[in-house]
Amino acid sequence: MRHRALALYAGAYLAFLYLPVLFLPLFSFNDSHYIAFPLSGFTLRWYQALAADAAMLQALSNSLKVGAVTALLSTLLGLLAAKAVTQYRLRGKGAMLGFIGLPLFIPDIVLGIALLLLIAAMGVPLSLATVVLGHLCLCTPFALAVLIARFEGFDRNLEEASADLGEGPLMTFRRVTFPLMLPGIMASLLLTFIVSFDEFLIAYFLSGTEATLPVFIWSQLRFPARLPVVLALGALILLVSVALVVLAEVLRNRGLPPDKTRIGA
Amino acid sequence: MSFLSLRKVTRRFGDVAAVDAVELEVPQGAFFALLGPSGCGKTTLLRLIAGFEQPDDGAIAIDGAIMNGVPAHRRPTNMVFQSYALFPHLDVFGNVAYGLRKDGLSREALHARVEAMLATVRLEGLGSRRPDQLSGGQRQRVALARALVKRPKILLLDEPLGALDKRLREEMQLELRALQKSLGITFLLVTHDQEEALSMADRIAVMRHGRILQIASPRELYERPNCREVAGFIGEINFFHASVKEAAGETVTCNAGLLGIVSVPRAAFGFPVALGDHVLLALRPERIALTGGTVAGEIAAASFLGGRSHYHVRIAGRREPVFVAASGPAPQGPVLLGWNPADVIALPYNP
Repeated sequence: MRHRALALYAGAYLAFLYLPVLFLPLFSFNDSHYIAFPLSGFTLRWYQALAADAAMLQALSNSLKVGAVTALLSTLLGLLAAKAVTQYRLRGKGAMLGFIGLPLFIPDIVLGIALLLLIAAMGVPLSLATVVLGHLCLCTPFALAVLIARFEGFDRNLEEASADLGEGPLMTFRRVTFPLMLPGIMASLLLTFIVSFDEFLIAYFLSGTEATLPVFIWSQLRFPARLPVVLALGALILLVSVALVVLAEVLRNRGLPPDKTRIGA
Repeated sequence: MSFLSLRKVTRRFGDVAAVDAVELEVPQGAFFALLGPSGCGKTTLLRLIAGFEQPDDGAIAIDGAIMNGVPAHRRPTNMVFQSYALFPHLDVFGNVAYGLRKDGLSREALHARVEAMLATVRLEGLGSRRPDQLSGGQRQRVALARALVKRPKILLLDEPLGALDKRLREEMQLELRALQKSLGITFLLVTHDQEEALSMADRIAVMRHGRILQIASPRELYERPNCREVAGFIGEINFFHASVKEAAGETVTCNAGLLGIVSVPRAAFGFPVALGDHVLLALRPERIALTGGTVAGEIAAASFLGGRSHYHVRIAGRREPVFVAASGPAPQGPVLLGWNPADVIALPYNP
């Protein structure tokens, strides 16, 4: 009896969470400008319109570029910081970790305005590069968290064993450290990419004339006729996002003891 | 200069000298053990020789070449780690072949050399297993093969048998010993297990607080320890305080309190003695007889261990019992402890 109630509650919770999201793909195939029931019929024309929309594709390409560069840089920074934090005795380690993680707790709108003021004061023109800078503040803590967890399970004797067997620091990194860290690095790349790709507020403040995708979509919402095309794009992004998150989670857990770090399942 | 030579080697961590002015000479082809309790500096000493640590002072030379400043990956030593440190992303073959990349071997030659080494440690046919698919004993052998395949001048072993169960440990002791003899490679073993050191090594250095107390053969360490720490660390022993009564001739006569007057050959003293000196006399449990002696006592506890029995003998006026190991039936009633003067170990007394 009690189990049934709990199952019902869990089902309701998941429905509340994911049913609205499912309206995106649903209405993206609906043959009507109006987002309302009853459905009018199946169509692919919003997807065709999307493929022909040069401005939207340009925004998509901007977001992919910003996401890729942000992911690479924040993972590199996170990798170096995680190695330092886990393998060396540092003074002020706690304070340092706190400062790196702080942007996660500062409201994005505050962070966005602060960065805009700073960049404007320095006379740097707004561009995709300034968006990348803003996103680095946000993504590096994520990279650090994922990679610290991975380094903590890393046996330092392995690097010493490699040196003992004749390999210098560079080859030791290539043959031992990197392959063993690879799942963590991949997970960090995917996670930071998604955080950057989804981010709106900071990109809104720091992008100049080149909009990222969330910023572009926001600007399109003023035109109701464009909404179904946005839904089509949203449905595609949803599909790719879910796939990437699942992949990141699988990679993060690979090679680690099953009972130690697995979330869920 | 010996094959491995350490001159006044010191390594400090903060204010603590983990290794303190250590002098060590190891001949080529020896099976040498560094023995001591945890924290005595033996592992730091091994890491200094491997190149994972650099000495703050002193010189390390291997086969005539000074090793100071030479990083681990350029030293002619290889190490078997306590945790084995096998590469989890490589199979057994990949682990053993890891160190051969720079040797420029052809595919066939590399294969032959790795397979031959796997056969030497009795792991034929397991080349494609991953480390997590192996038993503890097998992992130990992979670690050994990975180091030995490099043909090091010195093989360093850091508590290599610590993680194995007792039966396997004893088996591996014999095997390591046989392997060392057949390969002729110098082995340097670090252990806190005195039985391990005694059963495998030709020579043992006993360490305490970063210093070497004594370097000797296993038998010599047991029969002629040079200080109270070594005597107490290797095997069981009974200590008696004594003062020197007569030190003129070939025999030194001591007043050992409850034991009465004890005569000890002068040769037993590895240090100068003079009249009135306070010394420690020591006797191994199996060197004390329960009958026919002169010191009266009572058996307070006895345990039968098959081939021999252990007794705690109480002597009136002495707080701790005398530990005696003897074979044969347990005597009834009071006993008279006796010993051969040649078996008395004489040690300096340092309060």
